[in-house]
Amino acid sequence: MANMSLEKVKMPEQAPDIRNKNFKEVALGYTEEMAVEEAQRCLNCKNKPCVNGCPVNVQIPDFISLIKEGDFQGAYDKISETSALPAICGRVCPQENQCEKYCVRGIKGESVGIGRLERFAADWAMKNSTKKPEKPESNGIKVAVVGAGPASLTCAGDLAKLGYEVTVFEAFHKAGGVLVYGIPEFRLPKKEIVQTEIDKLKALGVKIELNVVIGKSINIDELMNEEGFSAVFIGSGAGLPKFMNMPGENLNGVYSANEFLTRINLMNAYRWPEADTPITIGKNVAIVGGGNVAMDAARCAKRLGADNVYIVYRRSEEEMPARLEEVHHAKEEGIIFKMLTNPVEVVGNDEGWVTGLKCVEMELGEPDESGRRRPKVKENSETVLPMDTVVIAIGQSPNPLIKNTTEGLETQSWGGIITDEATGATSIPGVYAGGDAVTGAATVILAMGAGKAAAKAIDEYIKNKQ
Amino acid sequence: MYKILKKEELNEQITLFEVHAPYVARKVKAGQFIILRVSELGERVPLTVADYDREKGSVTIIFQKIGKSTMELGALNEGDEILDFVGPLGVATHLEGVKKAAVIGGGLGTAIAYPSAKALFNNGAEVDLIAGFRNKDLIILEDELEKVCNNLYITTDDGSNGRKGFVTDMLKELIEKGNEYDLVIAIGPLMMMKFVCALTKEYGIKTIVSMNPVMIDGTGMCGGCRVTVGGETKFACVDGPDFDGHLVDFDGAIRRQAMFKAQEKKACDDCRMRGAK
Repeated sequence: MANMSLEKVKMPEQAPDIRNKNFKEVALGYTEEMAVEEAQRCLNCKNKPCVNGCPVNVQIPDFISLIKEGDFQGAYDKISETSALPAICGRVCPQENQCEKYCVRGIKGESVGIGRLERFAADWAMKNSTKKPEKPESNGIKVAVVGAGPASLTCAGDLAKLGYEVTVFEAFHKAGGVLVYGIPEFRLPKKEIVQTEIDKLKALGVKIELNVVIGKSINIDELMNEEGFSAVFIGSGAGLPKFMNMPGENLNGVYSANEFLTRINLMNAYRWPEADTPITIGKNVAIVGGGNVAMDAARCAKRLGADNVYIVYRRSEEEMPARLEEVHHAKEEGIIFKMLTNPVEVVGNDEGWVTGLKCVEMELGEPDESGRRRPKVKENSETVLPMDTVVIAIGQSPNPLIKNTTEGLETQSWGGIITDEATGATSIPGVYAGGDAVTGAATVILAMGAGKAAAKAIDEYIKNKQ
Repeated sequence: MYKILKKEELNEQITLFEVHAPYVARKVKAGQFIILRVSELGERVPLTVADYDREKGSVTIIFQKIGKSTMELGALNEGDEILDFVGPLGVATHLEGVKKAAVIGGGLGTAIAYPSAKALFNNGAEVDLIAGFRNKDLIILEDELEKVCNNLYITTDDGSNGRKGFVTDMLKELIEKGNEYDLVIAIGPLMMMKFVCALTKEYGIKTIVSMNPVMIDGTGMCGGCRVTVGGETKFACVDGPDFDGHLVDFDGAIRRQAMFKAQEKKACDDCRMRGAK
């Protein structure tokens, strides 16, 4: 008998006024009992609308049925058939726009907590499973993967399972891409979750070469023509920060969200002085932007001891691109939302430090090409908000390094690599790309989907050539 | 891991390492830099490459033990390994077509000016090299510098090596004597580069400076290394580290350099205290 409760089994969480002072994970995960109870809400629909909503087509009702039966290992194995990083997806996927959006239970009440169940199965396996991934027999064919974020890791894992000799080249000193430099510890624990997934790939035989910047240390042409790689996958992400180009943006105390989050996450600045990389945080902190990155930056600033943290966004809350859950968590933690407010200048003192953010008020006009109502400046609405730290979180674009050093690689005017949508094939035979490097900043799961599709296409490309 | 093949103390503060780093050694050119990390919770430290040996796969770095990270680096010995070492980063110095150049190094900057002087000299350019130090005990690389220039002028602030004055005084003297440089390269403390640029601007001599701001990734990702050049924001890591010195906002750069001063001082004091125990 299905559990007909209209609401999901509640996710245990750290209390807001406790968690906003630490970097431990906010959501604590279901117990076995909670997971079984939530799994019983699934009606096991025949046409499985949820599966079509998943970019990597996880067999959702099947794995949930296994949880219902208490076969948690089986549930994990079922997810792993299609998803390379279940513990990560269960945490950071925007399920409300994907699988859960199509869940029949969502028509009346809340959809099944698919993401929570996925996370449960993955965490259960991580803790209890004694199964070790086995290194498949090698076919001796070398494939290079550029970058070590979600698109690359997925592509590398799938190719390794097919027997390819995969080498991942990462510019940083740690693999994981945005999973380690961007998403904070309190949403995605690095050591327990990300590193465990990466270790699994290594067990499959994937080699990870850190500290290699493709385009600088070696370029794609050399990988293919001198180093003997039969194909290359580019998953270099969208790492180039955008600034507002307003006066005062180079004052001390102004960070790009990339710098702010990289210092805190990758470089562990939240553990300074135990960790060497510092960060400065004032009493009043403004985060400019309304996406998930802005929410992450705001919640980090609060945890680092800021008294008042503001999200400054030029449209209204309705237009904010951040996930509802992130907005909800941020509000619970005491982040102040200043909507319809657009910064025009960072104000500073004689020593070059930020003292305020000059903003104008906005009102919403007609919808623009994105369908969101276009903000207009209200006349005579200029005010200076006192601030000590300003973080610019208005988006990232692909890094031009690979484009500039790879002859014949076609890109969009804004830098995204042009690919065939189904396969990830670029303008160069044997070179594939996916993830944020192609789409601009998007989600982990879309990047994984692209990595998966490219792995399949690379396998076909190599087999056809033989 | 990246093995230290050779260690040499150039003076009491400045150390030279030759490091096994084949990827960097294969590609690096004068003006480019590397980023290294000494320990698991360590900072990413950018250092401009002082020399390289492509066949040996080695890269020479010269650094001043000035903060916690560089002190930890300096505590490593020949045969030890550096945890992370990535590069080459940044754009190489444009040296094509230069016939006569004045290359200026201030203190540690001399080590970074050296590869540019060497590249110019080996390309057949006439090179006057001016190296400035606080006193004669701090002079580094004198023998190496001799080999890569037509004339070497070493100045000391206190005159303890016989030639008292700043590098700007020496440069002015050489220009006044009728030397016609088509390029000046100035590498050293921001204040020194600022004054060299003020001088060369008067004479209308093109001047390249090498900026070394705070940075994290070195690949254009963090934007921490923002420098204002000709009114535009540039990233020193990917647009530089070389810039047209006449367009650089040095005062802004000097202010930005102080951004983490309080934290640096604390880290440094803690480090010294631990060292004293």
